[in-house]
Amino acid sequence: MNRSSWLWSISALVYAFLYVPLIIVVVYSFNDSRLNAEWVGFTLNWYRVLFNDEQMIRAAVNSLTIAVVSGLVATALGTMAGIAIHRYKPKLLPFMVITPVAMPEILLGVSLLLFFIQVMNLTLGMLSIIIAHITFCIGFVAIVVRARLAGMDESIFEAARDLGATPWQTFKLVTFPLIMPGVIAGALMSFTLSIDDFVITFFTVGVGVSTLPLQIYSMIKIAVTPEVNAVSTLLMLLTLTTIIIASKFAPDTLRGAMK
Amino acid sequence: MINLLNTTRVTKWLVSGPPFLYLTLFFLLPSLIMVVASFRYPGDYGGLAPLFGVEPGKETGLTLETYRFFFSDFIYTQIFIKSFGVAMASTLVCLLMAYPLALLIAHSPRKHRDFMVLLVILPFASNFLIRVYAWMIILGPQSAFSLAVNHLLGWFGIAPVPLLFSSFAVLVGMVYVHLPFMVLPLYTNLEKHDPVLLDAAQDLGANAWNRFWKVTWPLSLPGVYSGAALVFIPVLGMFAIPDILGGTGDILIGNLIKDQFLGTRDWPFGSTLSIMLTIAVLLLAGITAMISRQGVRQ
Repeated sequence: MNRSSWLWSISALVYAFLYVPLIIVVVYSFNDSRLNAEWVGFTLNWYRVLFNDEQMIRAAVNSLTIAVVSGLVATALGTMAGIAIHRYKPKLLPFMVITPVAMPEILLGVSLLLFFIQVMNLTLGMLSIIIAHITFCIGFVAIVVRARLAGMDESIFEAARDLGATPWQTFKLVTFPLIMPGVIAGALMSFTLSIDDFVITFFTVGVGVSTLPLQIYSMIKIAVTPEVNAVSTLLMLLTLTTIIIASKFAPDTLRGAMK
Repeated sequence: MINLLNTTRVTKWLVSGPPFLYLTLFFLLPSLIMVVASFRYPGDYGGLAPLFGVEPGKETGLTLETYRFFFSDFIYTQIFIKSFGVAMASTLVCLLMAYPLALLIAHSPRKHRDFMVLLVILPFASNFLIRVYAWMIILGPQSAFSLAVNHLLGWFGIAPVPLLFSSFAVLVGMVYVHLPFMVLPLYTNLEKHDPVLLDAAQDLGANAWNRFWKVTWPLSLPGVYSGAALVFIPVLGMFAIPDILGGTGDILIGNLIKDQFLGTRDWPFGSTLSIMLTIAVLLLAGITAMISRQGVRQ
């Protein structure tokens, strides 16, 4: 066996390791059995159960609301942060933008819990979750927007200024249209990150409010039924669609986000 | 001129002000409050005791008590050590799995590379809990995989072992969730290597093993370090995977912190544990940065 076929076989195993578990989840969502153990027959029953599960529907509505609101605010703030970091090279702001993204999620979760209860005296609920989600989404938007700006020719902005454009006009007519794909990609990323977040939501959620990941968590902790597989499959589909749209706007988004 | 200067300064504040204020309020301030909370007394019904005394005889103010408590009982140090062990093992397994894959992608024709990278990221796009749940199915006692493993063990005369709710399941979950974080920095590094170096090594008589060990591996170390940091740090603070896939003994730092905040509600001690975790993370990030800078200088 030469080197290349050796590499190929290990890599094929790693790809299988990555995909087989998810395929199993999807396949069993159509399985006509309560147990996720063996294939019995095809059914759409678990999707029917899912769409009749009021708690789950309410959690989905909450998740979407939180994702849209925190996505919009984080996009506005993150775009500003991205521009500020690129243009003014501030010292503290890059640190403040990156750290909530880089540190273990649990730390942001518990420090916000402490802050909401002890200092703001806030009743935990939708608002506390939204505030928390904005905090970690800002960083991702800022990274994408900044990457977009870094790839641009500075002389465009100088030209606009030389032609007599005010800073606001330069922004509105030159900068913003140019960074638009980055902004949209950042918004879609915030949306997916918010919809998918479990850890930070877990610490900032109050009594009586639930989101999709929290609902999935309590289901797999208490009683596993293929309804979890069904909701997982739909959630995968939603995230996948968002990511495909995002990658159309900024092909480097995915890799930028991972770095 | 003065007017122009003022406009620039106003613009600067208009642009950087809002995100700066937001993050000061909802990131910097909460972090500082956690530091202070770690020096306070627990409240009667959970949370924190008041900072200034109202009732006589109640403990108020600041104290080092929680830190003393942390070191007084060896169990906490033990959980930290165990967490470091799990993080180390996950990082090593991720490295062993990710390196061949990253190497293969870097050596593939340019037009295929983006697609192969996308295939690594795509599972990462599904919800974190779904990826953990998938392993509940695979490692479950009735699953084909579990039955096959135990059948195999039976041949060697080993009694059946439950795969789910074990340290093994925790390790598998950790590796599964964090693998892309190792592949991507490795690939980014390996892709930049000049193939001429390997040709030169071959001309000088180096065999395949030496070409890897003496050329590719040392050059890839910066990628290894950043991949290791990206796996090690999140694993160190993880509570959900041990919570879902682990057994009763699989308690890591994250589970301990979660329990102090949501279970026993001893917030000062929970804050102390969080501060300890933060210090560990900062030290690790610092060490990684220092090693990779040294690597660049050489």
